[in-house]
Amino acid sequence: MKSTAARRRAGSTAGDAAIVMEHVSKAYTVGVPALNDVSLHINKGEFVFIVGDSGSGKSTMIKLLLRELLPTSGKIIVNGTDVVRLKRRKIPKFRRSLGVVFQDFRLLKDRNVYENVAFAQRIIQMPGREIRRNVPSILSTVGLAGKYKARPKQLSGGEQQRVALARALVNKPQILLADEPTGNLDPKNSWEIMNLLEKVNNDGTTVLVVTHNREIVNAMQKRVITMKKGIIVSDEEKGGYIDED
Amino acid sequence: MRINTLFYCIWQGIRNIFKNKWFTLASVATISACLFLFGLFYSILTNFQHMVKDAEQKVCISALLEADLSEERRLEIEGLISRRTEVSNLEYVTAEETWEQFAEENNFGDISIFTENPLEDCAHFNIYLSDVSMQSALVSYLESVEGIRKVNQSALTAQALTGVNAIISYVSVGIIVILFLVSIFLISNTVTIGISVRKEEIQIMKYIGATDFFTRAPFVIEGIIIGLIGSLIPLAAVYFIYNEAMMYVVGRFPFLSQLLAFMPVQEVFKTLCPVCIGLGVGIGFIGSFTTVRKHLSV
Repeated sequence: MKSTAARRRAGSTAGDAAIVMEHVSKAYTVGVPALNDVSLHINKGEFVFIVGDSGSGKSTMIKLLLRELLPTSGKIIVNGTDVVRLKRRKIPKFRRSLGVVFQDFRLLKDRNVYENVAFAQRIIQMPGREIRRNVPSILSTVGLAGKYKARPKQLSGGEQQRVALARALVNKPQILLADEPTGNLDPKNSWEIMNLLEKVNNDGTTVLVVTHNREIVNAMQKRVITMKKGIIVSDEEKGGYIDED
Repeated sequence: MRINTLFYCIWQGIRNIFKNKWFTLASVATISACLFLFGLFYSILTNFQHMVKDAEQKVCISALLEADLSEERRLEIEGLISRRTEVSNLEYVTAEETWEQFAEENNFGDISIFTENPLEDCAHFNIYLSDVSMQSALVSYLESVEGIRKVNQSALTAQALTGVNAIISYVSVGIIVILFLVSIFLISNTVTIGISVRKEEIQIMKYIGATDFFTRAPFVIEGIIIGLIGSLIPLAAVYFIYNEAMMYVVGRFPFLSQLLAFMPVQEVFKTLCPVCIGLGVGIGFIGSFTTVRKHLSV
């Protein structure tokens, strides 16, 4: 099957690619693989939804892109880096070129909002004065400038996710990976997060969102890659959420 | 690496100590308890060894010289004996001194009434040993030296002391090794548990691109500081208890203090201090280093 999105990307060059997966398979144990011969091409600056049921391989794909897992076979290129051949000691530097947002926020609970965001800057050894300038700026972008002293447990789910988003964006990554970013949020907060992601995308960052949220996927009219049992069953520009049955 | 990053890691390690109060308390308490027991037993056992050693050094062999021995030969024999490794000290007692001592010990009173020295042929060497178990070897040697007519020794005392020394050595080594292993097990377990509950924190750091060093450094610094505090507390306690116990025994049982030679606390701590600090800091370092490593493969 060749989708409209795949057909459009057939003409794009390697230099345009943010993410390339070629014949990628991943099996945890002997039996049904989590990913089965998946190939996809995401251009720089794209906004892509990955949708599918539980067990369809969406989270495995994110883990492979983050180099948390290695594929059983296939080739993965992220930001021009061959992830499969990447040496272990080079993983931290590679991950700094990505922004990541998780469903469960994964904030450092003992640190306040400012420190959570500043942590990402400290990792890249940003000078103190730069941190003091960049962190308030990104907190303003996500609408949390007034809550920089709050601890994660003092924030709502939506606010925590905005902190996670600020942390993911503060180092100005070329790609933002979001694994079910609205999974723990109510509709209002979900839309706020999606609007922020769209804004980030408009500023030039490639955004890849794994989600179950049918309403958002259908409303945003972005590229939608649908997965089922480890394979891509559909890849549509301005697509929608495909019902399983 | 920037100096700021290094300071940040150190600061985070110090902060962690106060942040994770219960973990810090549990770790310090475990390390302190283990090292306190270790220190206490070490102090007691080294004192036993010291007392036995002290008793050994009072064991003396008398080598009686032939009456007509020339001064030249006597000096020659003195040189031969003093070069022996098992000899710690050697003193020459003339026939006149021997007679004076004998008369004094037996309350003879004025000995000037004696026109002749009854112990004319009793000039001798008093030989003190560095290792009492070598007594029989030394006696055999002395008996073979020309100019020595007789060797007096206390074989029973030497045997008893050698036996006691051996038992104390075995018991000391046994107890210290057991306490050492128990300390390592308990301390590393406490550190491991304390860090494992924070594995999520480690994983988050790794997900957002922290290097192994950046992730590990605060935990290792925390482990080292906890180990250091945990070793200084029992050292202070043992120091205080040791001094108090020594003063109590000396004050309350003066006769015992003449019999038992306590080691000065500084002598005990010359070894105990570096061993305890090394144990605490070493286990704190190794425990935190290896535990964090388990969670770094994200």
